[in-house]
Amino acid sequence: MSGTITKVSGPLVVAEGLADANVSDVVRVGSQRLIGEILNMTGDSASIQVYEETSGLGPGAVVETTGMPMSVELGPGMLDNIYDGIQRPLPEMRALTGDCITRGTDVAPLNREKKWDFVPVAKPGDQVIPGDVLGTVQETSAILHKIMVPYGVEGEVLSVASGEHVVTDVIATVKDKKGKIHELPMFQRWPVRIARPYTRKYVPSRPMNSGQRIIDTLFPIAKGGTAAVPGPFGSGKTVVQHQLAKWSDVDIVIYIGCGERGNEMTDVLMEFPELKDPRNGEPLMKRTVLIANTSDMPVAAREASIYTGITIAEYFRDMGYDVAVLADSTSRWAEALREMSGRLEEMPGEEGYPAYLASRLAQFYERAGVVECLGADDRQGSVTAIGAVSPPGGDISEPVSQATMRIVKVFWALDSSLAYARHFPAINWLTSYSLYLDTLAPWYTKEFGEGYMKNRTKAMHILQEESELQEIVRLVGQDALSPADRLTMETAKSIREDFLQQNAFVDEDAYSSYLKQYKLMDLVLRFDSLCRDALQKGANMEKLFTIPARERVGRAKMADVKVFEKDYAEIEAQMKREIEEVIAGGEDA
Amino acid sequence: MIKEYKTIREIASPLMIVEHVEGVTYDELGEIELPSGQKRRCKVLEVEGDRAVVQLFESAQGINLAESKVRFLGHPQQLAVSEDMLGRVFNGMGEPIDGGPAILADAHKDINGLPMNPAARAYPAEFIQTGVSTIDGLNTLVRGQKLPIFSGSGLPHAALAAQIARQAKVLGDNETFAVVFAAIGITFEESEYFINDFRRTGAIDRTVVFSNLANDPAVERIATPRVALTAAEYLAFEKGMQVLVIMTDITNYAEALREVSAAKKEVPGRRGYPGYLYTDLATLYERAGRRQGKKGSITMIPILTMPEDDKTHPIPDLTGYITEGQIILSRELHRKGIVPPVDVLPSLSRLKDKGIGVGKTREDHAGTMNQLFAAYSRGKDAKELMTILGEAALSEDDKLFAKFADEFERRYVSQGNTTNRSIIETLDLGWELLKILPRRELKRIKPEMIEKYLPKED
Repeated sequence: MSGTITKVSGPLVVAEGLADANVSDVVRVGSQRLIGEILNMTGDSASIQVYEETSGLGPGAVVETTGMPMSVELGPGMLDNIYDGIQRPLPEMRALTGDCITRGTDVAPLNREKKWDFVPVAKPGDQVIPGDVLGTVQETSAILHKIMVPYGVEGEVLSVASGEHVVTDVIATVKDKKGKIHELPMFQRWPVRIARPYTRKYVPSRPMNSGQRIIDTLFPIAKGGTAAVPGPFGSGKTVVQHQLAKWSDVDIVIYIGCGERGNEMTDVLMEFPELKDPRNGEPLMKRTVLIANTSDMPVAAREASIYTGITIAEYFRDMGYDVAVLADSTSRWAEALREMSGRLEEMPGEEGYPAYLASRLAQFYERAGVVECLGADDRQGSVTAIGAVSPPGGDISEPVSQATMRIVKVFWALDSSLAYARHFPAINWLTSYSLYLDTLAPWYTKEFGEGYMKNRTKAMHILQEESELQEIVRLVGQDALSPADRLTMETAKSIREDFLQQNAFVDEDAYSSYLKQYKLMDLVLRFDSLCRDALQKGANMEKLFTIPARERVGRAKMADVKVFEKDYAEIEAQMKREIEEVIAGGEDA
Repeated sequence: MIKEYKTIREIASPLMIVEHVEGVTYDELGEIELPSGQKRRCKVLEVEGDRAVVQLFESAQGINLAESKVRFLGHPQQLAVSEDMLGRVFNGMGEPIDGGPAILADAHKDINGLPMNPAARAYPAEFIQTGVSTIDGLNTLVRGQKLPIFSGSGLPHAALAAQIARQAKVLGDNETFAVVFAAIGITFEESEYFINDFRRTGAIDRTVVFSNLANDPAVERIATPRVALTAAEYLAFEKGMQVLVIMTDITNYAEALREVSAAKKEVPGRRGYPGYLYTDLATLYERAGRRQGKKGSITMIPILTMPEDDKTHPIPDLTGYITEGQIILSRELHRKGIVPPVDVLPSLSRLKDKGIGVGKTREDHAGTMNQLFAAYSRGKDAKELMTILGEAALSEDDKLFAKFADEFERRYVSQGNTTNRSIIETLDLGWELLKILPRRELKRIKPEMIEKYLPKED
């Protein structure tokens, strides 16, 4: 089925003679066979968004439809790889076309020559349903890839292969009820715009450990939850995303660089193979899939990149893994939507964005969740979706931020004034929120006792009070405050500087375990309660605030993982001793 | 066989509609021949059936519908590149205007370039010493970075950019260095300032100038940065040179883009700028960088004037989202006579962490940098409080911080346009200033560093 081009306007191409094509079909455009997708049909003419630069295309050129919707290939070989927005492997493209991305390059997403050691799980004679595991492949040292029965195939296993195979080899045959024999290769295809099916969805109840203190302790996210990180430029969105990609206790990370800087993707590419997963010591890259549509790559593929990423995530979820999808940035994706919408001459909604912006965003985030996967073994998997938002001028009243806030449950608001003061991560503790607190609180209590959540409440209370006191200080000065209020200010400062600030570039500080976070918060709050007591006993306030132990509290976050508990106990003892001394000295000693 | 069309249907500068065309493709370069024999250039923005919408690169003056002829050349706009471009001056479209001979082309390059494969990039990590403390010490520039200067009308951004171009060097190497200077809609005087500075220092022989001045056609400005970057890519990745690209002023570029977009009757985004301004700017800025296995690099310093000094205006805002940091100039500091008036707190270099530390600058760099930032921020807060409530309202510590902020501006920031400080001098000066503060407040620096570098009381 082929048609001819009648109009070219940037990435939008209109072609006629395509009456038999379907909406959302992938088409090949022009002699260079550029990849495109049908957006709209009128009569026999189709509006096509082309995922590559259309320079040099003109009326009369041929358009061929493949008859298939935009799909990804799912199988071994995705991990430890970097793809463009439509799942073309970038290292292989580089080998083919050099340092720059040229048009019409056709590369299979999964390497066709690489052999994988397939270990069968199913046996001939087994009855299988979609999602059942046929066998496994050790894809990387960190991840066991489960080859599953694809959706729509059910019946009796006739044969299962074993040993070394390439992804296209038939590794099992299944006879269905009608007697039809399905030959199953090691990979499957799935249309990116359709969510992969599952048996049942659950409400998230386990936290995702990110190792970031402000996130884990103040605004936790659940596995299977959704979060947004909005912030103006320079506030550290990307660093937050990178930290999550590095330290989150999930099995698989899908990192989507959507319309962002090329060097940031390079950074991930270079750094992740060097970094070790704190849980199993494997290089982080072994559990990571990168999707890169940098800001200089064609804008139409940007729209697809988000879907490509989440579909791959769902596939790993179906194996029973916990997956995190990090999209940086959803604003660029929305802008790509806006650009195509403008070219299609659709009636614009707010700020030129199409009227369907909010529903598209909701569809994306709704693909996150904890599910019981297809298959007979009741395994559970989760997809956690975290999207960065880049609001123009940092003003979150704009449509993308607002539409996102209506959907996500966790909001880590980045603040430029914190960033200017080099308070990183620059997550504002007053405007951020997590709606998972109630569902996750039982978990924290079970693991660490009542203390964890109590500390959290107390810390939040102190920070809140500080912001009110600051108003007063700005008007009438610090001297007007009572000693108790002065102490609140001091503690808040300590919470901010000694607990919330976390340096992503210092090894000892980049990752904090729950226990370390708990103990550190305890230490900071311990100072507060000891001093409050001391003030009542008439101790000198200035002296309390300048006891030498405080300097050690300030450095406590740098304590080594192995010895921090002992360290903290020592600091606490010193603090107690020094405060006792101040009390003994009385009001003016 | 190239056809000539005399079927211009409509001219509404900068757009023109040509009918009954055949085989015309998107983005193709066209040539218009006026009855007088004069030639102008244009490119195809849209083709529908036999009707092409083209954009003129020059003024529409003198084109008439009946007599003018249009030819389509079958390729997008190209630039003839060669090493002989060094030391020459071109107009915004890449034609020589210094009276010298035409360039004997080594190759013809599409000025739009191609997106760089992220898997082929090499991460910028080599420290560039600019000799300016606020950049070297606090917002370190590395090779292959794009670091814009956000300025305002009347601020001395040209002096700072020229200072960087003059002093920038990579420690301990002697590779070939080149400057590509793109003047985008700036005045003759500003352009001369740069060229004279290059001439004075002898850098002119290693410089390629592309000049689209304020009185040159505005639409030509859309091509100027692309032409300049094409030359830069050639010198960097084919000739192995370390290229510094200075583009000034991006605001003029964006305005030209808005003009064309408005003429096309596109749905406008913020402040009338087209919705694709981000993508468009990204295709310029992302051309900076390094590639694996290639010796050369493109380091880019775009300059833009923020309308009303407003950082949230779409041009600086979108630029900030693409570039790897920004150097912001402050009117307040400029009034105080601080030269260069770099506003340290909102300035940022995203790539600094990979370019500093042991083997690159010095082990104490990261810690002192964070400490200086934090201390200056607190000092400024303290000073603000002081203006409202008087000095007596400050705690002893805050008084020290306020003093620190003053000294920091006076000694660290204000170094003048001729002082070239080595990184060691910059770092030592930082320590000198930190001495003002109580030692227990130096939480961002490792104790052993404090022990080693903090100047002892004498």
